[in-house]
Amino acid sequence: MPDGGIGASTKRREDVRFLTGAGNYTDDINLKGQAYVHFLRSDVAHGRLKSVDTAAAEAMPGVVRIFTGADFEEIGGLPCGWQVTDKHGNPMQEPKHPVLASGKVRHVGDPIAAVIAESVQQARDAAEAIVVDIEELPAVINMKDALKDGATKVHDDLDNNLCFAWGFVEDNREAVDQAIKNAAHVTTLELVNNRLIANPMEPRVAVGDFSRHNQDSTLYTTSQNPHVIRLLMGAFVLGIPEHKLRVVSPDVGGGFGTKIFHYAEEAFVTWAARQLHRPVKWTSTRAEAFMSDAHGRDHVTKIELALDADNNFVALRTDTHANMGAYLSTFASSVPTWLHGTLMAGNYKTPLIYVHVNAVFTNTVPVDAYRGAGRPEATFQLERVIDKAARELGVDPIALRRQNFISEFPYATPVAVEYDTGDYVATMDKLEEIADIAGFAARRAESEKKGKLRGLGVNCYIEACGIAPSNLVGQLGARAGLYDAATVRVNATGSISVMVGAHSHGQGHETAFPQVIAEMIGIDPSMIEIVHGDTSKIPFAMGTYGSRSLAVCGSAMVRATEKIINKAKRIAAHLLEVSDADIELKDGKFSVAGTDKSVDWGDVTLSAYVPHNYPLEHIEPGLEETAFYDPANFTYPAGAYACEVELDPETGKVEICSFAAADDFGNIINPMIVDGQVHGGIAQGIGQALLERAVYDDNGQLLSASYMDYAMPRATDVPSYKVDHSCQTPCTHNPLGVKGCGEAGAIGSPPAVVNAVIDALHSGGHDHITHIDMPVSPARVWAAMQR
Amino acid sequence: MTDVTMTVNGKTVSGKVEGRTLLVEFIREHLELTGTHVGCDTSQCGACVVHVNGQAVKSCTMLAAEADGGTVMTIEGISAPDGTLSALQQAFQDHHGLQCGFCTPGMIMSASALLKDNPKPSEAEIREYLEGNICRCTGYHNIVKAIMAASGQDVSAIAAE
Repeated sequence: MPDGGIGASTKRREDVRFLTGAGNYTDDINLKGQAYVHFLRSDVAHGRLKSVDTAAAEAMPGVVRIFTGADFEEIGGLPCGWQVTDKHGNPMQEPKHPVLASGKVRHVGDPIAAVIAESVQQARDAAEAIVVDIEELPAVINMKDALKDGATKVHDDLDNNLCFAWGFVEDNREAVDQAIKNAAHVTTLELVNNRLIANPMEPRVAVGDFSRHNQDSTLYTTSQNPHVIRLLMGAFVLGIPEHKLRVVSPDVGGGFGTKIFHYAEEAFVTWAARQLHRPVKWTSTRAEAFMSDAHGRDHVTKIELALDADNNFVALRTDTHANMGAYLSTFASSVPTWLHGTLMAGNYKTPLIYVHVNAVFTNTVPVDAYRGAGRPEATFQLERVIDKAARELGVDPIALRRQNFISEFPYATPVAVEYDTGDYVATMDKLEEIADIAGFAARRAESEKKGKLRGLGVNCYIEACGIAPSNLVGQLGARAGLYDAATVRVNATGSISVMVGAHSHGQGHETAFPQVIAEMIGIDPSMIEIVHGDTSKIPFAMGTYGSRSLAVCGSAMVRATEKIINKAKRIAAHLLEVSDADIELKDGKFSVAGTDKSVDWGDVTLSAYVPHNYPLEHIEPGLEETAFYDPANFTYPAGAYACEVELDPETGKVEICSFAAADDFGNIINPMIVDGQVHGGIAQGIGQALLERAVYDDNGQLLSASYMDYAMPRATDVPSYKVDHSCQTPCTHNPLGVKGCGEAGAIGSPPAVVNAVIDALHSGGHDHITHIDMPVSPARVWAAMQR
Repeated sequence: MTDVTMTVNGKTVSGKVEGRTLLVEFIREHLELTGTHVGCDTSQCGACVVHVNGQAVKSCTMLAAEADGGTVMTIEGISAPDGTLSALQQAFQDHHGLQCGFCTPGMIMSASALLKDNPKPSEAEIREYLEGNICRCTGYHNIVKAIMAASGQDVSAIAAE
């Protein structure tokens, strides 16, 4: 086998350009003759736009053109890609999301006007001269208030602020109610899943270009999925056919979900470049990112877990209010529904589950998928209520979990998914080992000597990744297929270019994907190059999110490579004058079984392109294959996490002492990259648990709109992590046996942290504290201790 | 407009800037050295860290005119002229201390300043020093490990991967 095949911790080839400042991010792209756009954004949360006077601004130095909502009234709104059907069988209420605000502004940051100038400074200066007359309306901020009779409506043309009320599984509702009524014990918990802002370090950027030569438009944008942007923007917003529109996402500085969606600024620069016949560039400031990037989470939930007299889980019921913000972002409606409700079984055999969700419009930035998307919300509720139940029943929280683990696979949950494989006992055993759970009592005693309270929090998680079987999601309301694709182009000398639908913005695809093909063919990975992020080069495919790149796009790449190998074997058989069935491929060499006759990989690839001695009557020349892969099921990574905290009872400050994660990701291509993915996910989960919160005041002002107000995890806020992924139950339905690892850390870590804090408080005699909402700040802990 | 002249990565450069032009704008837009990044507008994230007269500074917090006559080093000046990575850059690759790469130039510039002042920093000292550099991808674990390794220290003490 070559060095650097499957299972090798190959160093990343993309690192060299990033380490030397040679990366090519969207803001590094400057086109000849480009103008700059600055968006004038609403500084009120809700109001009627009475007039937008641009006359003075248009006379300012350097101003090229100013556009307002009036220019977009005939142009499509930004579409939502998932139609949820409510519990009565009706479609969700779906308001128009104009490119520039029209009639009303609906959140702080809603774009009102776009000033295009010769420099960004001139555009900003001119924006200050625009006179906007807004009749301010009451801001709709609190979700429960938004649903009251007579509440101010965010969208005047909708019936009310309820996007939909979803019940899942509606047919189980009465049985769940009955089981809870008759249960030996019911544990109830009300909690908030805090509103977060994804904050990839690279702010969004969009550059629109237009060619008068052939009337083609090009958009350079910070996207996780350029084909999705081309589809949505071309077909639904601007009416540009696919072959006249190219979308390029070069190096992208982190995504975490918030760069999945199609944003107004992308449509604007593409459209404006067509109007002006010159490139138009927009670079988000961080302040704009806070008030225009889709936010994440923001669920308010009541959960009830019913147990029988032997502590077996018998039923689960949840009622959630999910904030949609002011408009429906691209996948907003799927997050609190299909990505959340289907995970409520967790790792446990609870026979009856009912999930109810009210999705609510408010005068806040749209809320959509953020790392984990629905699955962290499900995991947090479930793992917190189990911990509370264990405390109420006086049983060990790990034992209670173990008792209720699903242990036989495949397992059909009562929430419509079928786990193909897993081993939750193995990951819990591994966790107990690497976290040294047995040694906790001694560590607690040490902390207590210092006057600190020490807590241990443990939880499990499961996630549904590798989204998704197209026929299934089509039934559930997705307005797209969710396959992926790869084209494997073998060049004459044997090197390979692989054009993939997945997009790498930190995940290391350029290194890991070649490891797979190198293993299959037996050649050096350096002969293989991954091409991604340009719709003019890659096949139509759906991109990177939901921990899907390897499971879905990687599978497409395997299928395409299998086609290559099959064809190459037929060519080799011709060259060696034997039948196809006699050819074996090993270590980059095609040999005749049982003989010493062989031809090299390069001989065959050259023959494919210089077909002088070649069976042209049977086989086409060339060696290039494409495969589209539509997964048969989701994949189900799972694991167990443990967090230890020290809590200072004098101040309420929580410090993370250690964090351990035992994950089952199935087979692993590059362990180093997988470790890194888990590390980063855990840091974001710790951020959610202890630090991060997007805060709106009652008037809809976003109070946490800079890094001075929104607490991003810094190096001193997090520990070193112990992570292990030696427990491997390979996925049964994709060719690599892989499950996905990108979101696990962010899904699995928040409950471990909060469980640890509650454990610490109980060890100090604060038994009345059963829950503290995230972020568990010193102020909140201290206040709870005083109650 | 003001004329400025400075030495950037060993080369003398000059240009005309507005009084309000930030050093980072001069570096990225006038000199087209796009390795230095802008990740925020409040001097918090550290993606724009460069060295001015040997000190690590956030180039979004300094006017270009203030650097007039000075010596500036950016990420493009760190590796050897033949492209060989510095020991610190190499350690970042060896220990997977970067993912999306956007914060990385600032991390390298900050960490190299740290190692100049404190050649063998402890894990706690490294974490403290990096307070002004935000990374959203790595969870910092492998960044800390890379910096310790680059300073010739045993990294087995950092929790197993």
